Amino acid sequence: MSDIIIIVFGSTEDRSAQGLAGAAKGLAESVRVLVVDDYQPEGTLTALADASRGAKVILLANDTYSQEVAPRLAHRLGGTAVGDGTDVQWVDGKIRVTRQVYGGKAQAVIELRRNPAVVWLRARSFAPAAIGDVERIAPATNTRTRIVERTNVAQTEARLEDARVIVSGGRGIGGPEGFRDELEPLANLLGAQMAASRAACDAGWVPPTWQVGQTGKKVAPDLYLAIAITGASQHMAGISEAKTIAAINIDPDAPIFKHSRFGIVEDYRKVVPLLRRKLEELAK
Amino acid sequence: MNILVCMKQILDPEVPARDFRIDPVRKEAERGSANLVANIFCENALETALQFRDRSGGGRITVLSYGPAGAEDLLRKALAMKADAAALVVEENAGNPDPLHVARVLAAAVRKLGAFDLILTGREAGDWGAGQTGGLLAEELGLPCISFADSFEAAGATLRVRRQTEAGWEIVEAETPVVVTITNDEHNVPRIPKVRDVMMAHRQPLTQWSVAELEVASQDYYEVVELRIPQKESRCELVSGDTLEQKVDALARKLVEVTAAI
Repeated sequence: MSDIIIIVFGSTEDRSAQGLAGAAKGLAESVRVLVVDDYQPEGTLTALADASRGAKVILLANDTYSQEVAPRLAHRLGGTAVGDGTDVQWVDGKIRVTRQVYGGKAQAVIELRRNPAVVWLRARSFAPAAIGDVERIAPATNTRTRIVERTNVAQTEARLEDARVIVSGGRGIGGPEGFRDELEPLANLLGAQMAASRAACDAGWVPPTWQVGQTGKKVAPDLYLAIAITGASQHMAGISEAKTIAAINIDPDAPIFKHSRFGIVEDYRKVVPLLRRKLEELAK
Repeated sequence: MNILVCMKQILDPEVPARDFRIDPVRKEAERGSANLVANIFCENALETALQFRDRSGGGRITVLSYGPAGAEDLLRKALAMKADAAALVVEENAGNPDPLHVARVLAAAVRKLGAFDLILTGREAGDWGAGQTGGLLAEELGLPCISFADSFEAAGATLRVRRQTEAGWEIVEAETPVVVTITNDEHNVPRIPKVRDVMMAHRQPLTQWSVAELEVASQDYYEVVELRIPQKESRCELVSGDTLEQKVDALARKLVEVTAAI
């Protein structure tokens, strides 16, 4: 019996599930893997609490269900929860988690004082490890809440969190047309997925599922091309694990350039059509 | 429907990074010249409740906060937005209390205020962003909880909640009473109160308790052992060229170089 549990919502083949396995491997030799079937807020929580009694550490990813379950699971088991961790380790017999705070302007190290330590992680930031045997968790009967409808509006099969290349637009795009006519063809050329800043999502130009940032998705692509995105710390908090950030922005003082490896100071409306042509030429 | 909205006052998250300082001893942000504002998700929660009351033509909305006496400002604004009643649990210099303590204080205040059909919180706060208050409050009160909602409607004693997921959205049905955490979408942008309502809100009664009155036992949950501002070096290479064409050509080559290595 292992002291460490990882909880997976979805497939164990997902990069985030394997990142969880990688994070767990850094903490213990053997790990129990619980895979949740038919998630229901109350019923799954009850079943997970029963299945994970006695655990010292419980790791989850940072998807909707994980974030919903984690604090309540910690409470049921008399433990402590901490979320959105980018690092987790043992220090003197206690779990310490590193996470961003104040919209990414600062970083905190938090020591969890009670067992189990229930931690949800930016799972993609961790080196992946293979997942072996799993236990399947079905929800306990509970009629107090029930998911009656699930609507999937995601743009493609792949999750934004798992994208290798992301083309992202901000307030400066100016409307849905810019996303559709300029950014989308560019994304297709680069084999990229599309994303957006909160301002663009709040304006209704693109679906809220595209939102990257402190309150949106936390992504970790190899290339993040930020177009007409100022780079407020709240946005940067969602892309701090990106390997390379590149920027197209009309404002030379935009904070995005402080975080970018390369970029161009120009109106995206002038740059993007030309850039598409150049990329097509280079592809030949 | 009797609705409670829990709200938090925070340091203005729009403070630019260059003006942001931390107090390494207290392990908190320094106030500096920054404003204190309502956490946006708490205002989204209030707006969602107000729209629900407007639509259903009835119901009562109470707002509750835990913080320093100055957090009264946030509740007065909520009253100006047309919440019906407000209550504040006062604690000066509470610093950054852990989420379990916050949930216990709020739960104690809820018990004093009476029964609610629906308790709303923001999905997380724009300062520490722990994202735990709603879930822990539900546990403290023995209620179910639905997270990341952007709207809800009632059908008898059943609440139909629409919530956002990474793939799209879900409809979750819940028996009341229930705790729901609210996220933003284009429909719950907080309204701007009328000047007249702002003035009237200053004369409305506001219930206040000191945290000591609520007799909440403190518990060891977690401790912030370090708070630091990450140092980032600025090394952005702006593409060069005499013409736009040359610059974009250089940009295209760099993008191809990076994507080819993937």
